[in-house]
Amino acid sequence: MRKVITGNVAVAYGAMLSDVQVVAAYPITPQTTIIEELATMQAEGLVDFDYIRVESEHSAMAACIGAEMGGARAFTATCGQGLFLMHEMLHYAAGARTPVVLANVNRAAAAPWSIWSDQTDSVSQRETGWIQLYCEGNQEVLDTTIMAFKIAERLRLPAMVVLDAFFLSHTSEPVDIPEKERVRDFLPPIDPGENWLDPDNPRTFGGITMNDAYMEFRWQIQRDMEKAKGIITEVHEDFAQAFGRTYRQVEEYRAQDTELVLVVSGTVASTARDAVDYLREKGKGVGMVKLKTLRPFPREEVIETLKGKKKVAVIDRNFSPGATGVWAQEVRSALYDLPEAQRPLIYGYVAGIGGRDISVKTIEEIYTKTLEDAEPDDVDMWVGVNYV
Amino acid sequence: MYSVNQRFDNQYIPEQELLTSGNLACAGCGASLSMRLALKALGKPTVLAVPACCWTIIPGAFPRSIMEVPFFNCAFETTAATISGIKAAFRRRGMGEICVVGWAGDGGTLDIGIQALSGAAERNEDVVYICYDNEAYMNTGIQRSSATPRGSWTTTTPVKNPKSEPKKDIDEIMIAHKIPYLATATAAYPHDMIAKLKKARTIKGTRFIHLFSSCPTGWRMPENLSIEVMRLAVLTNLFPLYEVEHAEVYRQTVVPEEIKPVEEYIRLQGRFRHLTEEDLRELQSMVDKRFASLKEKFEKSEALK
Repeated sequence: MRKVITGNVAVAYGAMLSDVQVVAAYPITPQTTIIEELATMQAEGLVDFDYIRVESEHSAMAACIGAEMGGARAFTATCGQGLFLMHEMLHYAAGARTPVVLANVNRAAAAPWSIWSDQTDSVSQRETGWIQLYCEGNQEVLDTTIMAFKIAERLRLPAMVVLDAFFLSHTSEPVDIPEKERVRDFLPPIDPGENWLDPDNPRTFGGITMNDAYMEFRWQIQRDMEKAKGIITEVHEDFAQAFGRTYRQVEEYRAQDTELVLVVSGTVASTARDAVDYLREKGKGVGMVKLKTLRPFPREEVIETLKGKKKVAVIDRNFSPGATGVWAQEVRSALYDLPEAQRPLIYGYVAGIGGRDISVKTIEEIYTKTLEDAEPDDVDMWVGVNYV
Repeated sequence: MYSVNQRFDNQYIPEQELLTSGNLACAGCGASLSMRLALKALGKPTVLAVPACCWTIIPGAFPRSIMEVPFFNCAFETTAATISGIKAAFRRRGMGEICVVGWAGDGGTLDIGIQALSGAAERNEDVVYICYDNEAYMNTGIQRSSATPRGSWTTTTPVKNPKSEPKKDIDEIMIAHKIPYLATATAAYPHDMIAKLKKARTIKGTRFIHLFSSCPTGWRMPENLSIEVMRLAVLTNLFPLYEVEHAEVYRQTVVPEEIKPVEEYIRLQGRFRHLTEEDLRELQSMVDKRFASLKEKFEKSEALK
């Protein structure tokens, strides 16, 4: 079935088709229409789950962790301040090895208030032990939500589906909605194994560890995050087989035969595709690389894809005050290990903060600056700021 | 010395033990005895979620645990939200008969956990929430909480500047949520406590149990006084034992034959050593006032019958 739906409705379809068993959620703009849609779907009998209308995002994540400890598949959605409030529980979910799936609609951080898009909320959760999957369009949002459950449950690590506020959350696009039966074939019911509060097998979870044990628990998370790279690829391949749509952690677009590439994530990728086509028509040599996963960071694939390029322009719709855009940090860190002859110059651009538009023209400016400047002026270059 | 309502007189204490030996509690710990009795009363199948508190430590460090029921260590402020999620999962999986219990200290309940607790109670989540109240942050080393009584010494309210505010009335706060069942209890009256927990297990919706739980370490008293001090809290009307059904029917379950002066309770504990005669008079009058208002509710409920 093909429908014209917003990114938020696509998330709700993803959760509904995944037969989610417990939803715990709290309203926040621009996420709210996800949990409204789920309430409607539940009321209309399209899906049967327990809906805990909690009093905060912090409790939403706590209840999801509880639900997973009870052996059920749990889901929540939030954005911006809500994700910041959850921060403690994001660490907790990963530490407790509860495969919660969360949709985060990227929203800028207050103060001052802004409901518009940037990635500061999700990139701030980089160290929490969550898998982070960024989406470019509404089809990818729906598909990624379904895949997120499969990835998370295979690894027993939580997964975040990330979509831009308004550019996706409130923008309608035609989306192919898979049949529930086919999704059920792709995504079996959750199997918590021994990892739940089974009265017949009483165990204590998450108790105090001394310094002879804690590090091993953390190492297991790191080990499984490394494993996640392969599992995400496998799930992408299974999904392509089942539904005919292909996703990659690192996707190239007309980037193989160019010396200069743009590295982007989220909806900037779709604008960058147009910008690349436009510039190519004008005879300019430019390609694009879209990164889907921030955690685990697909280091090996990034190295393989970017080695030997002359210049790499990373566009970050986020930044880390006192350092640089986060994707630029990651790309720099990955490429540092290349021998100098194969190591591209990295041009880090911060753009589109707080939902400011990143247009084809913005990307053209970034391209031109990268092409013309023999080396970057600074580790971080802000695009389109009126310096006041 | 005291009389117990006939209803609870013939309750026996179940033999079943759901804790093994080897716990890490301090000598004379009211909280460890409270858990032992609570699990005897609740029986199986029961699962526990416990936030940061003494009971994080008492079961033992990984990989050891004295618990014979599933036990989830949750984040400090999340007990009520966590058990909401656990219960929802069990309902989904056709295991609704499992009793889901949150077990938190006074800090985790009256302070940092009150938002999640209020949310769960308002939703009337089908869970048992037990607060074991030892009137301060004991696990972190005896800091003031909103459950600390007026006049008490703690490490953050030193003798020269003891706590000046009265204890937060969590029971009336919970009753204001119109929950189906609330009870106060203490391990010094085990039959009463067990009867209330057994009753709580049979009720649907949010059940709140407020356990008065001694802490010889934090209350600065010898451990052999643990039971006596908990009992005196009841006999002085400082911590009356009662239950409230549907947020309107109040019933005192242990009625002391003779009310003792609060001073008898206070004088056994080092945390109150600095109190003057005037402080004591003030405390006595606060206790009397609060009990008088409760008594009105007991009588009103009695008259309704």
